[in-house]
Amino acid sequence: MKEKTLLELRDVTARYGDVQVLWGVSLAVREGEIATIVGANGAGKTTTLKTISSAVACASGQIIFDGEHIEKLPSHKVAARGIAHVPEGRRLFPMMTVRENLELGAISPAARRHHSDTIDEVFSLFPKLKERERQLAGTLSGGEQQMVAIGRGLMARPRLLMLDEPSLGLAPIIVREMFDIIRRLNRDGITVMLVEQNVQQSLKLADRAYVLENGRVVLEGAGRELLDDERVRAAYLGA
Amino acid sequence: MNKKRLLFIILSIFLLTAPYLFETRYSQHVLILVLLYVTLGSAWNILGGFAGQLSVGHAAFFGIGAYSAAILASKTSLSPWLGLALGPVVALPVALIVGRICFRLRGPYFTLATIAVSEVVRLVALNWRDLTGGAVGVVIRPSVFSGTDKVPYYYVILVMAVGTVALCQWISRRKLGYFLMAVREDEETAESIGIDTTRYKLIALSLSAAITALAGAFYANYFLFVDPTVVLPLALSVEIVLIAIIGGLGTVPGPVLGAVLLKLSSEVFRNYFEQANLLIYGALLILVILFMPDGLMGGFKKFLTGDKRRVTG
Ligand SMILES: Nc1ncnc2c1ncn2[C@@H]1O[C@H](COP(=O)(O)OP(=O)(O)O)[C@@H](O)[C@H]1O
Ligand SMILES: [Mg+2]
Repeated sequence: MKEKTLLELRDVTARYGDVQVLWGVSLAVREGEIATIVGANGAGKTTTLKTISSAVACASGQIIFDGEHIEKLPSHKVAARGIAHVPEGRRLFPMMTVRENLELGAISPAARRHHSDTIDEVFSLFPKLKERERQLAGTLSGGEQQMVAIGRGLMARPRLLMLDEPSLGLAPIIVREMFDIIRRLNRDGITVMLVEQNVQQSLKLADRAYVLENGRVVLEGAGRELLDDERVRAAYLGA
Repeated sequence: MNKKRLLFIILSIFLLTAPYLFETRYSQHVLILVLLYVTLGSAWNILGGFAGQLSVGHAAFFGIGAYSAAILASKTSLSPWLGLALGPVVALPVALIVGRICFRLRGPYFTLATIAVSEVVRLVALNWRDLTGGAVGVVIRPSVFSGTDKVPYYYVILVMAVGTVALCQWISRRKLGYFLMAVREDEETAESIGIDTTRYKLIALSLSAAITALAGAFYANYFLFVDPTVVLPLALSVEIVLIAIIGGLGTVPGPVLGAVLLKLSSEVFRNYFEQANLLIYGALLILVILFMPDGLMGGFKKFLTGDKRRVTG
């Protein structure tokens, strides 16, 4: 079974200026699994991911990745440890080409060494990107931009891939494709932390799920389990 | 032979023979000024254009370079060539300190901080009379080249200008260039994908400041006089920024085109309207913003590729 804990948050709090947003979040992601954080708009999902990747400071509590504390590291060092953060809203470099965006994902020496292999893997995962290699990223459709964002994350050859609402704003058919890709990446051995408002789909996919409300984890369990939970059904699935 | 290569050869021949094509001292002086501003605009572009950190305080580095060279030449009998080397050496630690402070700030706050720093440097130069001569400034004896021949100075500044443009071209093709552009386009994302953004901004600032100080040291040796109003005014910082913006921010040829256009036109207009220089800059800036939002370089590219939508506006 999947046992080893890859990432653990213990009582993490975070704030924007005077406004506290996370109130002691604790969660764990085991190696090889898909973990998901679901919750309403404004619950603090994005902030949780940003705190892990250190774009937002961890005000108190501990973040442990692969046995080591990372809560005090700057962002670029967290990335160097093997955490790739695919941010909400894609955040590509719009004036650069698809290929340049991808290449910029391979920063660490190890990633650079493998970058031509990895880019081939990314292109085989997203054949459309190969066709648009030389196009400016800012001119792509939403779905294609999301592919580049994920591809850029993969270029780092991460141990943990964090995805913030990859399905946001995409057509239903593309959403399904996106979830298939995530499943496939996970089967290839990548540990995934998925943040979604698409509760149904992500609970189906996830080995472990956390429900976040107002900056607190209010429920946790296996994804399928939560899918049948009355409170979850009432609050998020409209049933 | 392709067009690019032909253009390159013609330009090289022109630059190498220019002081003999334009034999009057005045036109040689204008050539030197244009090349000085090509150097300044391109050096600024490394930080402001590539990395997107809009400094309006580069006069500080120019002044530091100019004063270093002038003070060395006036107080010692060392070769003024050493002054050229001293400028960047003094400017570098200052740049690193400035960077540590100012890079904590983003966008307009960063820009304001650079203005503040350059004003501090100006006030230091104005008040540290023992070292800088205060408002009186520093006069140096001509000694880099004997006599008043301008031609040798032309070749020195030509080497600096070509070297700086070549450096920019090199950077723009390298990892460093891509990292700087990533910082410009989205600093938070650049950091989150693993780029040590502070480090790369400091590298850009150091290169930019060192070259600007080198140009300042050249200036001191050429004009043989420095004082705070000549080498440290805010207007100089603004002029450098305008050259890069009007030419085309973040492109290699941009600051070159900007310097040629602005310095030539300001010389022409000065002869007719005297102090109306800044007015000319303002007018050119408005025209460029209206008709070529990507600068002269952007307009030029569209013209070449036949895409005239934005050019004819
Ligand atoms: N940059 C910010 N400055 C101040 N408050 C913020 C900022 N970003 C998010 N917030 C607030 O923090 C809370 C959590 O936001 P977020 O983590 O984006 O939630 P989610 O991703 O679950 O929608 C919200 O109340 C939001 O208004
Ligand atoms: Mg969010």
